[in-house]
Amino acid sequence: MIKTAPATTASARIRGAFSEGRLTWSGLSLTVFSILVYLFLYVPIVILVIFSFTRDEFGVRWTGFTFDWYIRLFNNPRMMGAAWNTLVVATVSTIVSTIIGTMLAMAMERYRFRGRNAMEGLIYLPIVVPEIVMAVALLAFSAIIFDVIRMVTGEVLRRNLATVTIGHIAFSISFVVVVVRTSLKNFDRRLEEAAADLGADSWNIFWRITFPLILPGIIGGALLAFTLSLDDFIISLFLSGPGTSLLPVEVYNRVRRAITPEINAISTLMLLLSMALVALSQLLQRRR
Amino acid sequence: MSDSIAIELRDVVKRFGDVVAVDHVNLQIRDGEFFSMLGPSGCGKTSTLRMIAGFELPTAGSILIHGREMGITPPHMRPVNTVFQSYALFPHMTVAQNIAFGLEMRKTPKDEIARRVKEALELVRLSGLEERRPRQLSGGQQQRVALARALVNHPEVLLLDEPLGALDQKLRKEMQLELKSLQARVGITFVFVTHDQEEALTMSDRIAVMNKGKLLQVGTPTEIYERPNCRFVADFIGETNFIDGVVIGRDGNYTVLETPEGLRFRGLAVRPLSDGTQVTYSIRPEKVRLLAPNGELPPNGLAGTVMTVNYIGSDTRITVRINDRRTIDVWEQNTRSTLDRDEYWQPGEAAVIVCPPDNALVLSE
Repeated sequence: MIKTAPATTASARIRGAFSEGRLTWSGLSLTVFSILVYLFLYVPIVILVIFSFTRDEFGVRWTGFTFDWYIRLFNNPRMMGAAWNTLVVATVSTIVSTIIGTMLAMAMERYRFRGRNAMEGLIYLPIVVPEIVMAVALLAFSAIIFDVIRMVTGEVLRRNLATVTIGHIAFSISFVVVVVRTSLKNFDRRLEEAAADLGADSWNIFWRITFPLILPGIIGGALLAFTLSLDDFIISLFLSGPGTSLLPVEVYNRVRRAITPEINAISTLMLLLSMALVALSQLLQRRR
Repeated sequence: MSDSIAIELRDVVKRFGDVVAVDHVNLQIRDGEFFSMLGPSGCGKTSTLRMIAGFELPTAGSILIHGREMGITPPHMRPVNTVFQSYALFPHMTVAQNIAFGLEMRKTPKDEIARRVKEALELVRLSGLEERRPRQLSGGQQQRVALARALVNHPEVLLLDEPLGALDQKLRKEMQLELKSLQARVGITFVFVTHDQEEALTMSDRIAVMNKGKLLQVGTPTEIYERPNCRFVADFIGETNFIDGVVIGRDGNYTVLETPEGLRFRGLAVRPLSDGTQVTYSIRPEKVRLLAPNGELPPNGLAGTVMTVNYIGSDTRITVRINDRRTIDVWEQNTRSTLDRDEYWQPGEAAVIVCPPDNALVLSE
């Protein structure tokens, strides 16, 4: 139940009917409203999870409990291949974009240099640029690069997992920078001075002091990059080549034909994975 | 205390943009000395300390530590350690790890690290708290860890940047005495930055008073208090009565000045002053004597009226009006109880103040 503060204007107006600190009309309506918002957010997800266990092959009616769809999913080589591709792309792009993003955040937070202001604006651009624009740009760019490579070496390249990974790195870096910079802003630089004073060179200062203390921020940035990569659709669709599609694209292809509980099952698994990642990051941050 | 020089500053200047933070400072700090740098905030004392530590480089001039020119030597290569105002303890390390950090950086063998960390903790009386994290410690304990973390490295000089600033009054007094005795035991040169004059007087062998980037006076606490060389130092250290006037001549050892309304005062001048020089006469309230009038004025005496009488326990602070523009503060030690109203000063009472010229100073700017 939500208790309203005694002095809020709404509760003050109707204080005649209800005694102070007790449930008021404004409190009640706030409670009801909150419940409705949460229902709006979570009912579809809950239904999705439930219907991944139904026996009904169209996944729209409850006709009994079964694990069949999960079993079928694990025996579906296309789905498993796409899932594996997705994990590989997400892992590689997370590692690379976290390293580059952290270095960029350090440079922008610590140093004054020519072009810093321009960089400041440009680094956040990929966050606001419509993803479809980003995808078209990356596609066109990869085509040009492939052309150049073909002319120079005669090698004919095609879009593959590497092109998707590069695309994911390109948009993840900005997000990593944003998150890591926040933790750098809260970092007390006097600790670095203290370390230098105690004989630490810049290598030791970074690895013994700065890195452990901004690690929660780096993990946060990495997790964001990982989840963004996991569920990215547009760039993945544009940049993956034949036979190397990623899970969201594969799911979309299947849904176009029919919604089956198998799709519900893979969605549920993806949901579990994201929740596990968030829980992990919370756990890691609480430990320090 | 030997006579060799631990730290020497030669004509050091530090500018931040247009601001001159440290203005041509020359200074020698002796080996084994407890040396304080005292001044209001923004006077350049912390900048000076940071230049000795290597966090800032002088704009001009040079800094020598035990005769070695520091130049652009980075902080981690300098034979000094710092205790920071905020302590700057590493929050992700235990007390023992914090203290061991400096030794690890210098590749000290593990068993020696363990031994020295243990010794350092004993030195600051924190044994048993090895595994605590900084945030689990009180302010005073954090302060001791910061001290141990610096001292464990046996630095040639220990720099302390207002290390007691964050402590409450009582703890502060305790730590002052503890720091002083610690310094005597370890025999390391301490350079101590503070804005608290009482703290500087209590702890230091010598004090440097700074204002607006300039070094005004260097001396023992007694010299600084009893023989300030300018108006700022007299004002900043302790309390004093100031009276402005011009020099009108000499009387033996004393310089005589006259106020615009014709009062004459005698005092010691720090340097020879020619007649007509604008000066400030300074006498500390506890040096002024207050007598009951008995018809004639004694030498260096002035007639006045008691205005206010404030009893503060150890002494009583009396303000005496000597003419319609001037008052003089007198502090009398309460060697007797002031409860007996007949024996003590009452507001409105006539009184005579005596300003002994040996305890009064004539200061030029």
